[in-house]
Amino acid sequence: MISDNLPALQVVLPLIAAPLCLIIHRPKLVWLFALFICLISLGISIELLSAVINTGPISYEMGDWAPPWGIEYRVDKISGFVLLIVSMIGAVVMLYAGKSIEHEIAPHKQTLFYSAYLLCLTGLLGIVITGDAFNIFVFLEISSLSTYTLVSLGKDRRALTAAFQYLIMGTLGATFILIGIGLMYMMTGTLNILDLAQRIPEVLETRTIRAAFAFLTVGICLKLALFPLHLWLPNSYAYAPSSASAFLSATATKVAIYVLLRFVFTIFGVTFAFEIMPMGTVLMLMAIPAILIGSTVAIFQQNIKRMLAYSSVAQIGYMILGISFASVTGLTSGILHLFNHALMKGGLFLALGGIAYHMGAARIEHFKGLGQIMPWTMAAIVVGGLSLIGVPLTVGFISKWYLVLAALEQGYWPIAVVVLVGSLLAVIYMWKLVEAAYFNNVEPSEVVVKEAPLQLLIPTWLLIGASIYFGINTDLTIGVAQQAAEMLMGAGQ
Amino acid sequence: MNTFLGLYNYWIVIVLMMTGFYIVIAQGNLIKKVVGLNIFQTSVIILYVSMGKVKDGAAPILTDGIEIYSNPLPHVLMLTAIVVGVATTALALALIVRIYEDYGSIEEDDIHKQDGSF
Amino acid sequence: MEQQHYLMPLIMVLPLIAAALIRIIGDKNPNLREAVSIITAIIVFGLLIPLANMVMQGERPSFLIAEPFPGIPIELSLEPLGMMFALIAGFLWIITTVYAIGYMRGHHEKNQTRFYMFFAIAISVTLGVAFSGNLFTLFVFYEVLTLSTYPLVTHAGTDAARRAGRVYLGILLSTSICFLLLALIWTYYLAGTLEFTSGGILSGTASNMTLSVILLLFFFGVGKAAIMPFHRWLPAAMVAPTPVSALLHAVAVVKAGVFTLIKISVYIFGINTLIELPGREILLYVVAISILLASLTAMTKDNLKARLAYSTISQLGYVTLGAILATSAGIIGASMHIVMHAFAKITLFFAAGAILVAAHKSEISQLDGLGRKMPFTFAAYTIGALSIIGMPPFGGMWSKWYLALGTLQAGELFLLATLMISSLLNIAYLLPIPLRGFIRQPENQEPGLKEAPLNCLIAMTVTSVMCLVLFIYPDPWYMLASMIVD
Repeated sequence: MISDNLPALQVVLPLIAAPLCLIIHRPKLVWLFALFICLISLGISIELLSAVINTGPISYEMGDWAPPWGIEYRVDKISGFVLLIVSMIGAVVMLYAGKSIEHEIAPHKQTLFYSAYLLCLTGLLGIVITGDAFNIFVFLEISSLSTYTLVSLGKDRRALTAAFQYLIMGTLGATFILIGIGLMYMMTGTLNILDLAQRIPEVLETRTIRAAFAFLTVGICLKLALFPLHLWLPNSYAYAPSSASAFLSATATKVAIYVLLRFVFTIFGVTFAFEIMPMGTVLMLMAIPAILIGSTVAIFQQNIKRMLAYSSVAQIGYMILGISFASVTGLTSGILHLFNHALMKGGLFLALGGIAYHMGAARIEHFKGLGQIMPWTMAAIVVGGLSLIGVPLTVGFISKWYLVLAALEQGYWPIAVVVLVGSLLAVIYMWKLVEAAYFNNVEPSEVVVKEAPLQLLIPTWLLIGASIYFGINTDLTIGVAQQAAEMLMGAGQ
Repeated sequence: MNTFLGLYNYWIVIVLMMTGFYIVIAQGNLIKKVVGLNIFQTSVIILYVSMGKVKDGAAPILTDGIEIYSNPLPHVLMLTAIVVGVATTALALALIVRIYEDYGSIEEDDIHKQDGSF
Repeated sequence: MEQQHYLMPLIMVLPLIAAALIRIIGDKNPNLREAVSIITAIIVFGLLIPLANMVMQGERPSFLIAEPFPGIPIELSLEPLGMMFALIAGFLWIITTVYAIGYMRGHHEKNQTRFYMFFAIAISVTLGVAFSGNLFTLFVFYEVLTLSTYPLVTHAGTDAARRAGRVYLGILLSTSICFLLLALIWTYYLAGTLEFTSGGILSGTASNMTLSVILLLFFFGVGKAAIMPFHRWLPAAMVAPTPVSALLHAVAVVKAGVFTLIKISVYIFGINTLIELPGREILLYVVAISILLASLTAMTKDNLKARLAYSTISQLGYVTLGAILATSAGIIGASMHIVMHAFAKITLFFAAGAILVAAHKSEISQLDGLGRKMPFTFAAYTIGALSIIGMPPFGGMWSKWYLALGTLQAGELFLLATLMISSLLNIAYLLPIPLRGFIRQPENQEPGLKEAPLNCLIAMTVTSVMCLVLFIYPDPWYMLASMIVD
């Protein structure tokens, strides 16, 4: 009974839990409750992914209404994989949030944080699992609205303006997506993704479909912060509470990329998007400046959370670049980097949270002498940084390898060079931290702070450790990513 | 002429959409931005509603003797979209209240000047 | 899959265990800490010998560590060239540790625990480079070696050290990421494998033009080989304590670079493919210029360690040259030069460090008359210098002999001339130092000058004696080297 309804539970569980948080009210209890829910979510998504790997895609009819009339929940390799990413990060960050939120947010708002967090998780999981285009919009708005709330809970008052800016741009993006979905519905009369994929080819040559395609692309690119539509991202990540930054950076943009893949590859198909429409060129032309400019701007940031945010802009560029090749290897690299970047950027933001825990913020001057004071936190930052750079034995290297391989396959060797130059820029901004942390000896009198508490260190190292583990043992990640890529490439033909 | 008049509902959608979009971009006042956003969303609602209309179709209530009904689904979808829009507006206004408390202003330029940001 | 051979990973893990022990013991008990270093070094070398015997008998033990990409394992697999490199690194680790104890104490360096710890880690990684079974594994260890030596280069923690660290990482990482990694992935794309295979894997996979581009990417990508214009990191790294300069920057790190190049020439391109590439011609001239320019620059340096660093750059050029001559004598000469130069150059660095510890002198112009006070140090220096120049009866002669033979086989008389001129330049920049030390009158000698600490003297004696032994008995090295080209 329960095992049949797992796809529904995946979404419904956090959805119901979110208002319950308000009833429980005591922050400590709420945290335990939310953590429990997140862990169950993680369990469900592991179960779903393994079921998909073993027996193929799962289709679930919401309320027993048969698709295409009813809403279908559908888990295949790629959505199972993204579900796993989201719920895994969700659980690890929740483990972290207990201590960190207690420190960063006023007591009467802590409960609200947890319920917004669970709602956000609901939205993100929902986007991934649903097989209905309009449903994607609804879940997108659930996750977005709760994200704006999470960002606005930051200590600094600039969190408010950042959240507002994000709200405006996010709503524009979501409305664009809504228009696109509407135009598709106009031509096909269906909202079910698989049904759409079957019917779209008949009406492919119309202006309406092309307009729909354009609206969807722009809207999704706003959501995933592709350069130059990334303006909302740096401030939001910089001023949100540490746990929120970590959670969002590791999941929100990833889910948006998943939506892009779904619409472009599953619904419109490779031939339409990349041969009739110039999708590849457009994405490439945005991804390359994203990599170069994002990394360069990151070098000049004094606020390290902001620096990592700009680095995210660049990393998103890598994923989009991989997708823009429209080849199996390219897609594999994009999907791999979804996972890998979630691990390393999540870990890095958590480590920064550990520093902000004692220092109040994480600006470059706070890093002075941290190599001695907070050895474990700094070690986490160094390892995460090496992974961002793409040093062998870390996950960053794995995705970079596939990306360069994909570029060479297409004969685009200058693009391979761009990717590698991006790594060098990452060396510069990460090494700024290393030098600050290890080359300044602090006066013992100056500091009273010590290593971050274990409750923060353990989740940080869980993610950082995973970013090494999956850099060496890649059976799961490469296997799933490659199969998902093959599936997406095959879908349009 | 026919393209213009025959598709007048779509022209309204486009005019509203651009108006809303322009307000969001051009206005420095946060409240006005939210107003613009609302106009923008409304245009989409009209877009959906007008696509649900079937020529000579009646309101989708089962009645004897009527063969053609308009499509009810877009209306239903828009109910959801309206709810989303209201929630967005509420959240935006709540944020503006908080911003006003902290900055004493809801003018974008003023806020950025206070923060010394761009 | 072949049988897993556990001796190699064991040898690599031992220094890591030692590093952990060193960290635990810390500054509380320096004697114990250093004893751990030396004992581990001896055990490691002891374990290398049975491996060497196996390799000599034609066995190729291998060990699979992991498989990060389908079809591209991280794998250890031993062949003669790697064996040569491992033996030198293992043997010189013992000597350098003995030396380091004298040096670090005599010089009152700070953070000695960290020093010994990272030293052990760097050795483990160097052995990993030597054992690498395919180009991917080699690349992994190559990068880790860069990172694990960074704390050693910046050991002093001063602004100068930080700047040097930037140059070091900047050049080594950017060349390896931009060129080497690109070439690596390109190779994999063309050949579908990265296994070291006799005769190469790239022959016939692409046009000679493309292969030439890859060749250039490889050779400039291996920044550790310090081919000009990517040589600046090596002089910069001289801010490190002398034992680091001696073992890592004269032996392990740079040799890892040229070792990689030989491996690429022999096992990735294959001699027969290499010889047809137009890119090889360009490279030959670049390397020839690099050899001469580095020698000339060395003459202008007054700082002893800087002069030795430029000398290293020039000598690395010899090995690189041998690697791309693509003749059997060239490869033998290049491999043997790795050995001969290691012993000679480490002697020179030991002497430079000894002078620094005992007399606090780092500039050549300050050395007048010092040889009379420190006769052992200067004698050792002279032996090392003669071996580098290639004079009998020292080991350096053999490698130069084979390299010269290689240029003749390849019919490149210009390169033969380069080698000869460079040898003359070697004389001009290496020998004035002992001459100053022994012959010139000191201007104002400070009282109380005495010989270097005993540990340092022992180390220098061993390495300079080895230079002599290598002349008389180079057979095992020659055997291993000639096994590469068979």
